[in-house]
Amino acid sequence: MASITLSHILKTYGAGAKANTVIHDLNASIADGEFVVIVGPSGCGKSTLLRMVAGLEDISGGTISIGERVVNELEPAERDIAMVFQNYALYPHMSVFDNMAYGLKIAKRPPEEIKARVDKAAGILELSHLLQRKPRELSGGQRQRVAMGRAIVRQPQVFLFDEPLSNLDAKLRAQTRLEIQKLHRELGITSLFVTHDQVEAMTLAQRMIVMNGGHMEQFGTPEEVYNRPASTFVASFIGSPPMNLLRHAPGTPEGRILGIRPEHLDITPSGSWTLSVDTVELLGAERLVHARLGEETLTLRLDESLPAPQPGTTFCATPRADRVHWFDAHTQKRIA
Amino acid sequence: MIERNRFLDVLSHAVLILGVLVVAFPVYVTFVASTHTMEEVVKAPMSLWPGSHLVENYKAALLGDRIGMGSTAAVGPMMLVSLVCALIISLGKIAISLLSAFAIVYFRFPFRMAVFWGIFITLMLPVEVRIGPTYKVVSDLGLLNSYAGLTVPLIASATATFLFRQFFLTVPDELVEAARMDGAGPMRFFKDVLVPLSSTSMAALFVIQFIYGWNQYLWPLLVTTEENMYPVVIGIKRMISGGDAQTEWHIVMATAMLAMVPPAAVVMLMQKWFVKGLVDTEK
Repeated sequence: MASITLSHILKTYGAGAKANTVIHDLNASIADGEFVVIVGPSGCGKSTLLRMVAGLEDISGGTISIGERVVNELEPAERDIAMVFQNYALYPHMSVFDNMAYGLKIAKRPPEEIKARVDKAAGILELSHLLQRKPRELSGGQRQRVAMGRAIVRQPQVFLFDEPLSNLDAKLRAQTRLEIQKLHRELGITSLFVTHDQVEAMTLAQRMIVMNGGHMEQFGTPEEVYNRPASTFVASFIGSPPMNLLRHAPGTPEGRILGIRPEHLDITPSGSWTLSVDTVELLGAERLVHARLGEETLTLRLDESLPAPQPGTTFCATPRADRVHWFDAHTQKRIA
Repeated sequence: MIERNRFLDVLSHAVLILGVLVVAFPVYVTFVASTHTMEEVVKAPMSLWPGSHLVENYKAALLGDRIGMGSTAAVGPMMLVSLVCALIISLGKIAISLLSAFAIVYFRFPFRMAVFWGIFITLMLPVEVRIGPTYKVVSDLGLLNSYAGLTVPLIASATATFLFRQFFLTVPDELVEAARMDGAGPMRFFKDVLVPLSSTSMAALFVIQFIYGWNQYLWPLLVTTEENMYPVVIGIKRMISGGDAQTEWHIVMATAMLAMVPPAAVVMLMQKWFVKGLVDTEK
């Protein structure tokens, strides 16, 4: 097991005037045994970052260390890591056993040890009865488990996950999420997990890195990211529906943005904000009210038991004072 | 498109049966002719029912114990020459084009695309076009009347290289990356992953190239001058004596039947793989 240190990571494609920088001066240190999720919209550089740690992409600048070792120049196989790919990348012509054993065979481990390690990993993942099957004879969830098994048998210092759940259906995804959490608790191996799904990020992460446009917007625990978003991007990216960001709400000074989550607005008989209702959506336990405040639109999340405002009417609402966030309109950063 | 229509059923069957007759009838006539004596074959009209000399005709052809105006060489050794040549050509083509496609797809070396187009352009230069210079090279190397001379100039194949290149391009990049993670070097990846994955394409290619190699006529005609290096296709030609001399058609026909057997056997035995290799896209 090992920590991961990313210092001044830079990634550019091309050179000279046509150079395209996809990761800008990124610094982060991940503690030994920690489960860190990298989350961001597509094209934000999160997969590139993971692939740089894996050794599948060159590092244009800065250093990546795993444990005490700087791994910039090492081959992927020498970095003592294992990776789970989005499409699993199982060898189609090999049985489950051979898929899991391939890395160990290349490392010239004795056959007894290979068998023991594969059997143990298969036991953990409940794959023991499938060892002789070919990948095409397995369901999506089973293939996913084989891909994880292949990572586990190598007993690496670091696990890398590249959106491993995105090819599963919703139910299986939730189940596999729990299994990954359980696995991490049992094995305690430092893990980096890339996803674009904020639910995965919030539920799996001990700490999460929110990325946007090649920059790290915030690095913190899910609670911190949710309760104290570092920028308007994080505020609108994490949370569904996203935080309301208002420039012209009553009491907002010039050059500031007021942020308030939909669930932190209460309907009151009289209040500073007068909203006109556009549409109301019932989601079961709660209702989403899409309303307008002057020129700006915002969303409220109300408990289903509360009386719903009717579209076309107006009502008063009050933001909870302790839940209001302030951002600088120019830099988009949080103002403490 | 599935349409239930009596007229269409009858029509399509008629077309298929006609097609089979057009292809099969000459083969049948060849077989019938190979079972008669020479006198019966040249008599007009020739009988369309098999005669009684099957065993002795085939024995005469295979072992060469006969007298005639054309070549009386034994067909057995010729078939062996043909077999060896066809095997060397087809296996050699597969080996060389697998490796060159591997190099072109997976390695970034200078002038990679130039090399690719260089290989591609040789499609325009089959042996027939470059036959003069190729003959010169082979004869200067002293390869006339040898298996090397018969096969090496026919081995390089742009078609096969292209086929494998297209196949390799469909192999997902993640598979390469997973192999790198597992610590497999390039040749290990080639041997453990690419070659097994290409096995159906290899089988399809083997069938096509075996028949190509077996049917070679022009090139062996040039580079062989000794009877013991003639492939069977040339053997047939040499049995047909020109001018007024009498040709032993029953032996020629028996040889033709014999020459048809190995390619037909290869097609039949490998049919399943062959079709799989051409249509299968499972990875």
